[in-house]
Amino acid sequence: MSSEVGQQHPLTLYFWIWGLLFVVSAGSYATDYMDAGLLRWALILIFMFVKAGYIVAIFMHLKYERLALIYALLLPPGVIVLLVGLMYMESDYTWLTRIVFFGAEVSPERLPLPGTHH
Amino acid sequence: MAQAAQAETEVTGLATIAKDWSSDVTTFKGVPWGKAMMWIFLLSDTFIFSIFLTAYMTVRTTTAEAWPNASEVFSLTMFGVPVPLLLIAIMTFDLITSSGTMALAVNYGYRRDKRRAVRFMYLTAFFGAVFVGMQAFEWTKLISEGVRPFENPWGAPQFGSCFFMITGFHGLHVSAGVAYLIIIARRISKGRYDNTNFEIVEITGLYWHFVDLVWVFIFAFFYLW
Repeated sequence: MSSEVGQQHPLTLYFWIWGLLFVVSAGSYATDYMDAGLLRWALILIFMFVKAGYIVAIFMHLKYERLALIYALLLPPGVIVLLVGLMYMESDYTWLTRIVFFGAEVSPERLPLPGTHH
Repeated sequence: MAQAAQAETEVTGLATIAKDWSSDVTTFKGVPWGKAMMWIFLLSDTFIFSIFLTAYMTVRTTTAEAWPNASEVFSLTMFGVPVPLLLIAIMTFDLITSSGTMALAVNYGYRRDKRRAVRFMYLTAFFGAVFVGMQAFEWTKLISEGVRPFENPWGAPQFGSCFFMITGFHGLHVSAGVAYLIIIARRISKGRYDNTNFEIVEITGLYWHFVDLVWVFIFAFFYLW
């Protein structure tokens, strides 16, 4: 919980997190050498959320704030997941429209569109 | 006062949220108003960047043409060997380094060690300026290769508009952050915050860490996808 005199933490905590962020970033960069696929995507997202989590929780001290502030900041961005889901569902329709009505030439790499193959 | 302290101990966990929000006084207890305002601003900024990245996803999944391969587009040739995303990786590590120096500045601020806090803030600003410099180099390279907001030599024309919009808006944040850090560091050395707990360093730090945070998502979605 936060105290009246601000956030007081030992310096070693920051050095640890700093080092960890370097390691996680290196892992994130290493995924670029992997073949495309589910494993690579999973690793990209895991490294991304781990890194973001350490920055927000420790460097931005959110872990040490009161729940009233933590929830006010973390709940609203949750609706973004909904937006991303809706936009992704809509995208194959837009993609088809481009081809059917605008006669766009489809690159073979774009077939099948992710999410349309079952 | 004693009554308030007693009431404080009665609720724990999730119930404290309801209690803080319904207390009819300051909601974010123990949080300086400037810090709360910075958090609220960063929350709104989160939505801006999320909308950019969502729009990018929508565009990318609807193009009939293939999306340019970021791994190849952003590779640099070192000693005759193309290294994928080399500059982007260096930019990432530069930004983490600046986040670390910022965290140290905040810590020294709360210890009332003004001299060290100011020094680390200037160091953070320096790493930020280096980042902007590398980004300028990256933009120059891509523009000279023919990338425009409406066309590029490798595939879907929307690549350029997404790239310039997202990295440009982020670069603008970094540039503003560098100016912000320098202004606040100068004010601290002049003694403007001597009567405070130096929470101003933490507030500035929140903005700076947010810039690093946004880069984490841009790196994953724009450069690694």
